[in-house]
Amino acid sequence: MSGKTIAEKILGSHSLSGKDVKINDIIFANVDLIMSHIGTAKVFLDFQKIRPPKKRKVFDPNKIVVLFDHYAPAPTEKWAAVHDLIRKFVKKQGIKNFYDIREGICHQVLPEKGLVKPGMLIIGGDSHTTTYGAFNAASCGVGNTDLFYAYVTGKLWFRIPQSIKFEINGKLPYNVMSKDIIIKIAGDYTSEVARYKSIEFTGETMENLSIASRMTMSNFALELGAKFAFGIPDQKIIDWLKDRTKNSLELVKPDEDASYETIYEIEVNDLEPQVSCPHTIDNVKPVSEIAGTKINQAFLGSCTNGRFEDLEIAAKILDGKKIHPNVRMIVTPASQEIWLNVAKSGVAEKLIKAGGIITNPNCGACFGAHGGLLAPSEKCISSSNRNFQGRMGSNAAEIYLGSPATVAASALNGEITDPREF
Amino acid sequence: MAIVSNKPIKDYEDIIKGNVWLFPDNVDTDAISPGQYLDNLEATLTHTCETIIKEFPIKVKEGDIIVAGRNFGCGSSRETAPAILQEKGIVAIIAESFARIFYRSSIARGFPVIEVENISKQFQTGDMVELNIPKAEVKNLKSGELFKGKAIHPILLKILKKKGLVEVLLSELKEEAD
Repeated sequence: MSGKTIAEKILGSHSLSGKDVKINDIIFANVDLIMSHIGTAKVFLDFQKIRPPKKRKVFDPNKIVVLFDHYAPAPTEKWAAVHDLIRKFVKKQGIKNFYDIREGICHQVLPEKGLVKPGMLIIGGDSHTTTYGAFNAASCGVGNTDLFYAYVTGKLWFRIPQSIKFEINGKLPYNVMSKDIIIKIAGDYTSEVARYKSIEFTGETMENLSIASRMTMSNFALELGAKFAFGIPDQKIIDWLKDRTKNSLELVKPDEDASYETIYEIEVNDLEPQVSCPHTIDNVKPVSEIAGTKINQAFLGSCTNGRFEDLEIAAKILDGKKIHPNVRMIVTPASQEIWLNVAKSGVAEKLIKAGGIITNPNCGACFGAHGGLLAPSEKCISSSNRNFQGRMGSNAAEIYLGSPATVAASALNGEITDPREF
Repeated sequence: MAIVSNKPIKDYEDIIKGNVWLFPDNVDTDAISPGQYLDNLEATLTHTCETIIKEFPIKVKEGDIIVAGRNFGCGSSRETAPAILQEKGIVAIIAESFARIFYRSSIARGFPVIEVENISKQFQTGDMVELNIPKAEVKNLKSGELFKGKAIHPILLKILKKKGLVEVLLSELKEEAD
């Protein structure tokens, strides 16, 4: 019998029907943590169907995290009412891990608050919940009805996924980032390469990447269809989390003889910055092929690339210069903690002096809700994770996805630009 | 309030027939349920899938069935995507493959989703299709051809038969009380 992958180990240890799980089995498993933002409103509505009302109880208020990042602060009266409804629900249910609009984007806030641990099984009412794979947690997004079931019972069904491995080796060139690696993977292997599958990223490049850079890859892996997307289970995770949690931290490593459906080998020594062109994330070109495409907006932020290192590299590129007069540059740090570090370190000053607009941490621009929508015929270079038609406003607008360095360089020139020139 | 469908989930039937809408590969959740209209059911009903098939939101009828290519429902976890298709009258989706979250949200909503290889090559918009859910068989009633898909796992079929996870949970809670 062959050994186990990370996904098999974590799902097996949480399974209600025994540890020995096989690929494609469907099991019920206990979840360690549930995250939800605006979808909590739908969970609340489903709760009202439970009779009698005294049975309307969450399974464990300490294993639920609620925050507002998608419409924050409330941009309309309707959303203010939704926030109000959720606040009351959270209070009534005794959910302590409630961060309202104060802390930022879920996928940054949960690790910062020490709520994510290696080996956990986590579900979230957000597709990019795969991000916590960077911390060696098996985590995935689900819809609101699944959330409701888990809110009440603490369990949910899971299919045991096949695992695939990306072995990434080599040294990233100057101003080429982890985002470029993951976009390159999308371009080479399509947006379906990991559909229903669990990814394990390995190799020396991954070892050398910061936790923030690994989070970018586990986050964007959802766009490849991934169920889970694990980074390397190493000491960096422990070092990052140890001052943020009192819990013991134990890494879950795959067995040496674990079996993988496919192993992809990737070499990054000569990797050029990559861009996902309209309107699919796997319509990928190296930046040199589309350099010169005029842009109206540059968006630097999101759960994919709104971390300190992302804003820092942009500030380095923009330091002492002015962004192009035809470009609006919107910068959204992923959390208040990051915003504070950006403010203290002088990164914010450089971005503002160059002409950037820094917003509070929120999701608005990325998913076309508020704070940076596009008019017909406008083009945007974005560090976020989706360029679907109509994603950021008009159906006639175009979204190009790239790294924070590419976004900054492009903002400066008013057209898509190779950041290696800076 | 964020858009919430108040339409009751349809009773489960083993065999359903309907008029086909043919959709391409990689239909994403933003096309089905645009981010701009997440607070507006009327606007979502007006704009759903318009970037894929312009007349779809106007002409789709109760009882219609979507036949699609690969990776249907990729993107966001917004459950408004399957919900709005149910609201529009779609009673099942037959696709070559589904994105993970769309698939499980559909099951959770009692919305039949069946995977059949190469199925998008076997239908045109306007054809009639007959779907046998437990057998995962799809018949083109125009050509008479029968296609065999991937069986829905028994655990998931049970959820579908109960009209989704909300009903499953409510009956589990009731059993506890009894």
